[in-house]
Amino acid sequence: MRYLFLLYGAEQLPESGTPEHRKMFEEYTAAVQAMADAGVLISCAPLQPATASTTVRVRDGETLLTDGPAAELKEQFGGYTLVECADLDEALKWAATMPAAAERMVEVRPLVPVEPPA
Amino acid sequence: MARLTGDLEVAEDAVQEACAAALAQWPASGPPANPRAWLIGVARHKALDHVRRESRRAAKEAAAASDGPRQGSLSQARVPEAEADDQLSLIFTCCHPALSLPAQTALTLRAVCGLTTGQIAAGFLVPEPTMGQRLVRAKRKIRQAGIAIRVPGPAELPGRLDAVLRVIYLVFTEGHMTTSGPDLIRGELCEQAIRLARDLNRLLPDQPEAAGLLALLLLTDARRSARVGPDGGLVQLADQDRRQWDAAKISEGRALVEGALAARRPGRYQLQAAIAACHGDAASADETDWPQIVALYNELLRYEPTPVVAANRAAAVAMVDGPEAGLAILTDLAADPAMASWPPLQVAMAELHRRLGQADSALAAYRHALKLGVPAAQQVFIDGRIREILSR
Repeated sequence: MRYLFLLYGAEQLPESGTPEHRKMFEEYTAAVQAMADAGVLISCAPLQPATASTTVRVRDGETLLTDGPAAELKEQFGGYTLVECADLDEALKWAATMPAAAERMVEVRPLVPVEPPA
Repeated sequence: MARLTGDLEVAEDAVQEACAAALAQWPASGPPANPRAWLIGVARHKALDHVRRESRRAAKEAAAASDGPRQGSLSQARVPEAEADDQLSLIFTCCHPALSLPAQTALTLRAVCGLTTGQIAAGFLVPEPTMGQRLVRAKRKIRQAGIAIRVPGPAELPGRLDAVLRVIYLVFTEGHMTTSGPDLIRGELCEQAIRLARDLNRLLPDQPEAAGLLALLLLTDARRSARVGPDGGLVQLADQDRRQWDAAKISEGRALVEGALAARRPGRYQLQAAIAACHGDAASADETDWPQIVALYNELLRYEPTPVVAANRAAAVAMVDGPEAGLAILTDLAADPAMASWPPLQVAMAELHRRLGQADSALAAYRHALKLGVPAAQQVFIDGRIREILSR
């Protein structure tokens, strides 16, 4: 079964090039490497900040764009991890290894099992 | 059936269809030699039918065949294992921490105890449609989130067992809080909780906390008929007619907690049971081994360092070192606004003021408790105390 980890983090990420940034990078790399080694990792990526988001709505055939994310949250949705696990318990175990879980939180969302068109 | 299909809803439907088939066939043909096996066989067949239908539908709808948990668990469908294992996995699934506590509780009563939605709704004082929704959502989450129907492995077991014990304890206290006359359904919750604890203790003989919980429930339930007076008011432990206590439950509870503590892995339920056993052994409040109870509370605080436990300990300290000593602890606890607005704390303070002959302080605390809101039986008790003080 596939699960999407939605990683929520602090509003302000450490500046690129600082020791804090390097530490964060290393922690995430170690966590996802362990998932890859266990054969559960499908895909993962950090997201650009919410300020880089554009929200699209189509109303009466007209496309409306809004600068910013769909929902204003106190927590920043900062990245995702897609895994394939036997069941929820296994997924929860891996989710707890993501640094975001200790820092803020990780939402574990099951996917409906359908394949995208080839 | 749930373990076979990996889906509580499908399992429930299949069992219902099997029962309907039995109702249609048995009167004419007579019951089969092994009705249980017959029902399971038919239900299994219906469930397989359902899953095949579903996967055909899914295959049409999706570009590729689904490989969700239904198919997954069916292809690995095991030969039905021991019934005990089935029951245990059902309990652990219903009490999965990914479900909310109210959902865990409702689902356990529905799927494990077989209570109807109406009975559970009445037990928890919520409208039946609300309870129905809660059950549907819980079953759906188990399926959609891929919660496996199985007994957790040894590494996870202690944490998961805590969740199960908490659910059973919650079912019991919900029933125990107001076991007055018309609330028969709520008394039924106590019975169900004891049955669950008994099953769990039988299924997990190596877990002293499971034995501790069963002991605690038995020892508490033994006092049920003495807890409520003829006026419907709650009777304090000290004033209860101990001849009304259920001696069989007390001796069973005592034996259980002694056996559990011998394993030297104490926990909150064993310690609470040990405290209840001290009360159960005493012929009166004065003859109670209060120093032993204080010692047990000190130990309990290490496992459950909550102000509620500290408040209960204070009542025992008052019996050993005098009401002033108990009041000093309670006054400290009441500095926390959340605790000050907990009615039992006000009642405990009122009781100690009363014993010290401080009528004004006692009245103020009793009235404060009433203002905060207490169950009907407790209100009758407090009204009685207030009348008694005012008539002096």
